[in-house]
Amino acid sequence: MYDLLIIGAGPAGMAAASTAAQHGLTVAVLDEQPAPGGQIYRGITETGPRRAVILGTDYLEGAALAEGLAASRADVIQGAAVWDICTGIPFTVTYSCNGAPAHLNARALILATGALERPVPIPGWTLPGVMTAGAGQILLKASGVLPENAVLAGSGPLLYLLAVQMARAGMPPLALVETQSRADLLRALPKLPRALRGWRTLLKGMGLLAELRRHGIRRYQGAKDLAVEGRDQAEALSFSVGGTRHRIVAGTILLHQGVVPNTQITRALRLDHLWHAGQRAFLPQTDDWGETSQPFLFVAGDGAGISGAKAAASAGRLVVLQAAHRLGRIDSLLLEEESTTDFRALSAERSVRPFLEAAYPVPASILKPADTTIVCRCEEVTAGQIRGWARAGAMGPNQLKAFGRPGMGPCQGRYCGLTTTELLAEVHGTTPATVGLARLRAPLKPVTLGELAALHPKDD
Amino acid sequence: MKPVFRNLDDGPQVLIRFDGQEISLPEGANLAAALLAAGISRFRGTMVSGASRGPFCMMGACYDCLVELDGVTRQACQMRVEAGMDLRSGGADV
Amino acid sequence: MDADYAVIGGGVVGLSVAWGLMARGHRVAVIDGDDGTFRASRGNFGLIWVQSKGLKAPRYAKWTQGSAALWKDFAAELSDATGEALSLEQKGGWDFHLTEAALEAKAAQYQALSDALGGDYPFEVLGNNALRRKEPEVGPRVAGAILHHQDGHVNPLKFLRALSADLRKRGAMVFLNERISGVYHKDGFHLRCASGRQVHVGRVVLCAGLGAAELGPMFGFKAPVRPQRGQVLITEKLPKMLRRPSGIIRQVDEGGIQIGDSNEEVGYDDRTTTDVIAKIAARAVAVMPRLEKAQLVRSWGALRVMSPDGLPIYQKSETMPGAALVTCHSGITLAAAHARLIPKWLDGDSDAPDLEAFGEARFS
Repeated sequence: MYDLLIIGAGPAGMAAASTAAQHGLTVAVLDEQPAPGGQIYRGITETGPRRAVILGTDYLEGAALAEGLAASRADVIQGAAVWDICTGIPFTVTYSCNGAPAHLNARALILATGALERPVPIPGWTLPGVMTAGAGQILLKASGVLPENAVLAGSGPLLYLLAVQMARAGMPPLALVETQSRADLLRALPKLPRALRGWRTLLKGMGLLAELRRHGIRRYQGAKDLAVEGRDQAEALSFSVGGTRHRIVAGTILLHQGVVPNTQITRALRLDHLWHAGQRAFLPQTDDWGETSQPFLFVAGDGAGISGAKAAASAGRLVVLQAAHRLGRIDSLLLEEESTTDFRALSAERSVRPFLEAAYPVPASILKPADTTIVCRCEEVTAGQIRGWARAGAMGPNQLKAFGRPGMGPCQGRYCGLTTTELLAEVHGTTPATVGLARLRAPLKPVTLGELAALHPKDD
Repeated sequence: MKPVFRNLDDGPQVLIRFDGQEISLPEGANLAAALLAAGISRFRGTMVSGASRGPFCMMGACYDCLVELDGVTRQACQMRVEAGMDLRSGGADV
Repeated sequence: MDADYAVIGGGVVGLSVAWGLMARGHRVAVIDGDDGTFRASRGNFGLIWVQSKGLKAPRYAKWTQGSAALWKDFAAELSDATGEALSLEQKGGWDFHLTEAALEAKAAQYQALSDALGGDYPFEVLGNNALRRKEPEVGPRVAGAILHHQDGHVNPLKFLRALSADLRKRGAMVFLNERISGVYHKDGFHLRCASGRQVHVGRVVLCAGLGAAELGPMFGFKAPVRPQRGQVLITEKLPKMLRRPSGIIRQVDEGGIQIGDSNEEVGYDDRTTTDVIAKIAARAVAVMPRLEKAQLVRSWGALRVMSPDGLPIYQKSETMPGAALVTCHSGITLAAAHARLIPKWLDGDSDAPDLEAFGEARFS
């Protein structure tokens, strides 16, 4: 039995583990990847430092967190896919590692499972060769692999970072095709003064844009009607800017429309969630410390709302302080003392978000795609089918599954859930908040029946 | 246009098989990344329509990079290259 | 008056009855709950199942057989009307047993039932070898199986979708996201919904599943139904490997292997539990060893609508003439009877089935 179990070894999880160890809590960390870092610092302990010049200084900040984790005496289990959680005191977490199932128990649970790329349902987005921009970064960070002649498409600062990293590696993208327009930037300007508290982030963004220009990377802004062409493989990206249709021949298209909280676990546990209109996503409801509607269950980092890696590390430290306090390990005085800096940092990091959300909005045509576009990649369900079933009486995402299976494949709605909710809200003339998301159940990740059966006592 | 992925590193290579074809990949590398760098972009056909799929998220969330190893469907992006692996593209044959 | 009949409940039972009423020319209003309502119709196993039903109640076995026999024609009509392929297959189903003793005991029960039914109960008992010739994936630990030739399965979700689509096409009124909050019985029924909606109909059929427990007394029914949880697993889509369904394992038309199930008295709780899904998986792997390598994609819990003796309840209200209760836990199997025969009973036709044995008098 551990005092604390942390799921995820990204910035929030790594910071949480080392803080917990400093306060004498016994800690286990379960992480799905082969090494700590999460997605933002993916590969930081392995290939990362060798590629410092390409990846930049922000990425290297992950090294300190990884060292903190290594020094923490926490039991870190890599390659562990968590697929079931029972709440209660203690919490029981079931996971698979190297094809074998195992359980861990803990008094408090911290979910640091980060973010997922927002789905970008455009025609052709299921073709081989179409990947998320995050996938492009993961290829670079974890494997040192990059595509030649790629197009980056969508919206958001990650596209600039990836384009610059690709250029530094000698493989600049053919173009950046961006969906946001100058009008969006103008609309975002009123939010700029508040964002100045996070001036470092803004400054970095401007640095990236300058570097993009130096590398001579072509940018299209205000692009509409994006479509990937190709039969069995992406062959080109076509799009319109100001009434002119463009077509760029490319075998790799990397898509991005920001990231959204990964709520698979909190939803499976049926915790309370909120709709965040700015991020157009659901977040688990937490208090200021990250504690959810389930006592002793905390969410830290992007999983509680997108705020970025630095904020995640601060949140990771804060949830542990509160957990330690709730477990009677530190008194209120120490709690307050130790938390002041991180609360301030968190607030500064978060202040820039409303500006970014407004400057890089998700186009309505991507939130609510055209009828022929595939929404559910696993079951190959189109937006038109979903609209049709909604009109035929599917009021919500749970009934919709019965009508046509969206969200019932192995990804369990990770890349269609939000789109499905938006489409239902559109047809029924209501809000995504009212529609909600479909219920989730174990296994949170597919597991072989053999592994599952191994949990059953032999003599029964 | 065929996608071309380039590997920034050199390392010891091992032989594996993918749908019977022998391929040399960097030992211990992420399998999905290594297959992409080796010029394979179609990892499987879907069971629904037979449509081609390849890696999409590279973080274990999308279940599009499925391959079959020893009769078990697995995510290539969550696997490492091991000498002698005998992989089959996942899902339906087109 | 808005409609001749109001059907309260938009699940498989309610829609089957509503469809049958519309086929007879009635104007029908369907009143359904919301997305969070407990819905056995979206959690069920999809079997059209005769064997093991009514082992101690031949009337029920016969009613079930009657419905199974009506299914083919019913499905064909629904498919023609909607263009929806329902993936109906009725070429027999398995009851696997891991021990000889269990197999023999069950076979003896079937024989007794067969005798009670005058021999109309076509089943055969197969040992392991014979079984594996017919179903090659069955493993060596299985002692044998009973093959019942009247069993089959259907895609229950496509069926539900087709029913819903055809009802709308035929002009049914469908009110969604509603909860019945009151009824006024004069010149038909004035149904009041919590939303404020009022529906005025001639007659009412209560097909509200577990909701009948609460709504039944409003119409003069006991409606002693309770939830019984069943947990079900489904694997990734796999190439065809099973030829016939069994009560615990079937391959759905889309390729997934569906594995059931549990019988748990846990009240209104449809969550899944690790120990139960592990047990279900262990049993499936014992029956079909190759399933060991199959990836489990989802599990779910659904609540069966159970009466005290497990049999359906068909009851016309004595205190509120014009109201009827229709409820059962085998909504798929009995759908054909509910669509073809129950409307006759509701209308009081002379050739309507005698359903007295399924009335509420048996609970007094």
